[in-house]
Amino acid sequence: MSRQEPQLLLLGASHHTAPLEIRERFALAAEQRTALAASLRAETALREFCILGTCNRLEIYAVGDDPAAARCIAAALCSIKGIEPQLFAAHALERRGASVVAHLFAVAAGLDSQMVGEAEILGQVKDAYATACTAGHVGPVLNRVFQKAFQSAKLIRSGTSIGEGQVSVATVAVALAEKIFGELRTSRVLVIGAGDIAEKTAKALRSRGAGAISFANRTPARAMELASEFGGAALPFAELGGSLARFDIVVSSTASPDPVLTLPLVSTAIHARASRPLFLIDLALPRDVAPAAAELPNVFLYNLDDLARLADENIAHRRAEIARARSILDGRAATLWHKLAPGDATTTATTQYSAAHGRSGVATSATESTHLR
Amino acid sequence: MDPTLLDARMALALGTGFYTAGVLYGGLSLLLRRRHSRIGSYGLMVLGWSAQTLGLLLRGQATHSCPIGNTFEVLQFVAWSSSLLYLFVGPVFRTSLFGFFSAGMAMLLGLGSLIVPAWDTAERLRPFGTDPVVALHASLALFSYGVFALLCLTSLMYLLRHRDLRRKRLDGSFALLPSIVELDHINLRLLAVGLALLSAAIVLAGLHWHAHLGLLLPGKLAATMLVWLFYAVALVQRLRQRWVAQRFAWVGLLLFIIPVLSLWLVVPQRRAATPQQPAAITTAPTP
Repeated sequence: MSRQEPQLLLLGASHHTAPLEIRERFALAAEQRTALAASLRAETALREFCILGTCNRLEIYAVGDDPAAARCIAAALCSIKGIEPQLFAAHALERRGASVVAHLFAVAAGLDSQMVGEAEILGQVKDAYATACTAGHVGPVLNRVFQKAFQSAKLIRSGTSIGEGQVSVATVAVALAEKIFGELRTSRVLVIGAGDIAEKTAKALRSRGAGAISFANRTPARAMELASEFGGAALPFAELGGSLARFDIVVSSTASPDPVLTLPLVSTAIHARASRPLFLIDLALPRDVAPAAAELPNVFLYNLDDLARLADENIAHRRAEIARARSILDGRAATLWHKLAPGDATTTATTQYSAAHGRSGVATSATESTHLR
Repeated sequence: MDPTLLDARMALALGTGFYTAGVLYGGLSLLLRRRHSRIGSYGLMVLGWSAQTLGLLLRGQATHSCPIGNTFEVLQFVAWSSSLLYLFVGPVFRTSLFGFFSAGMAMLLGLGSLIVPAWDTAERLRPFGTDPVVALHASLALFSYGVFALLCLTSLMYLLRHRDLRRKRLDGSFALLPSIVELDHINLRLLAVGLALLSAAIVLAGLHWHAHLGLLLPGKLAATMLVWLFYAVALVQRLRQRWVAQRFAWVGLLLFIIPVLSLWLVVPQRRAATPQQPAAITTAPTP
């Protein structure tokens, strides 16, 4: 088999391979994503690709000539983000062939998420795929793989109770707020940015009684819109520093590459608050709150990783459902791979998928084909 | 049961037994990570406090004075005071471990007083003579110590909650503790109430000593004033927002060492300075 046959591959990094402080260096801003797409499009080794970027992962699914395709993806990413290739290599997630299919199925179904079973990821995968479709980056292979991934994800959500009893980041944030402030009725909440997760957290806080919710956004119209929806107030973004001390709970979820709440800013605010604690919920990646703020007295800083870990602590009772969902996805991924790479690929796909998930396969084969026919 | 037949010490031991049951019940719930019944916990505290009240009442009737005549009684009285406060304040907390901690405090004080027989001397003090002002002074002072004991307890709860939040743990053994803001408010109120009670006790003593200067015990006065001064400084610093949050909780926790030490200073001084009365401390009330 030629080394230049088209290969289904995946390259990226996720919460499984990189800690938060590394992931925030990999995170792509909108313009960087556009630049990466343009750079990959120019690569002759790549036939199809789709960039999936969320808070917890940056994954590039591609069909191309291996190993040139993988090399050019890594080079383009490192160049655009200005990161050292060694750093990327140390935290990279790399898959080929059947295991790419299995991985995407698991991702779309929420099984690979930091909070297993969460539903938001399916929408994010769909958005990534839609963007790639519009730009003409995907072709027959990725079209099929992604469509099947969506079908499988829907099957998992409707056929298993994987999403039941799940605690969201917003729920955990509210539980923490209650452990700090007790009744939230008198707590003042500030939401910085307009991320979906920040909006959900604001909703959860309001449902627990938080009355005074203010919004700050670089786009004042968006802040006004949210303020109107929540019956709160809009705060000019420029006045953030001076107003921070007035708030008890601050939820931040901006796309800013640099911290919005710097250490001096938080320090000034906490000194002005006397005995009242300040609860900072940083839902952004890259992070919005300077990590050193967590060391200030009376400041409680929780980031995405902290909240997701707490939310997933209830996972034990859902383990059986997760295993069942994985089993369903195993079968569907193997079937699709069989169709994409016929001949010896049935056994190959099973073997590779099993190897990727650390389990023994149903069958093994000495012939390992990862190439598409 | 005819209360006259009850042995006062037995009643006090029974009270300690109920507090111990409260601790075991709460501790077991914590170990098994099960939410314990607040009614059960509160009920055990009520039973413990009732038995303790009966014991102290019998002692008071037997000696015709406030039952704070020896170390055993002083410790029991402090435990009784803090339990009484819990019975008033406890229901304010919804899902909390306040009952568990209060029972623990009462159990430790109760067991401590029972374990050392020498502290319950047959020749007990009768320090107040027949002067009700002095009896009221001593009762108020010891009651304020009960408040400070409770402050020590809520400060410990604050620090445990704070530690869990900093370590980012939601499911720790102390997950049911009240919020830190609630605990901070309770700490401030307890400090203010304790200091007000102690101030009232000192004013009453001042009125008495003004008329009977010869009875003034300088060491006792100094110890009491030292306790008052430390807690007054803590209150002022808290109100000036100098000692807040974790630091204030540490102050509330560690300051309780001062009243405890002062008791050890004061009781021997009182013993040396006041006539002693062989008291029928475990018999029926005197006619």
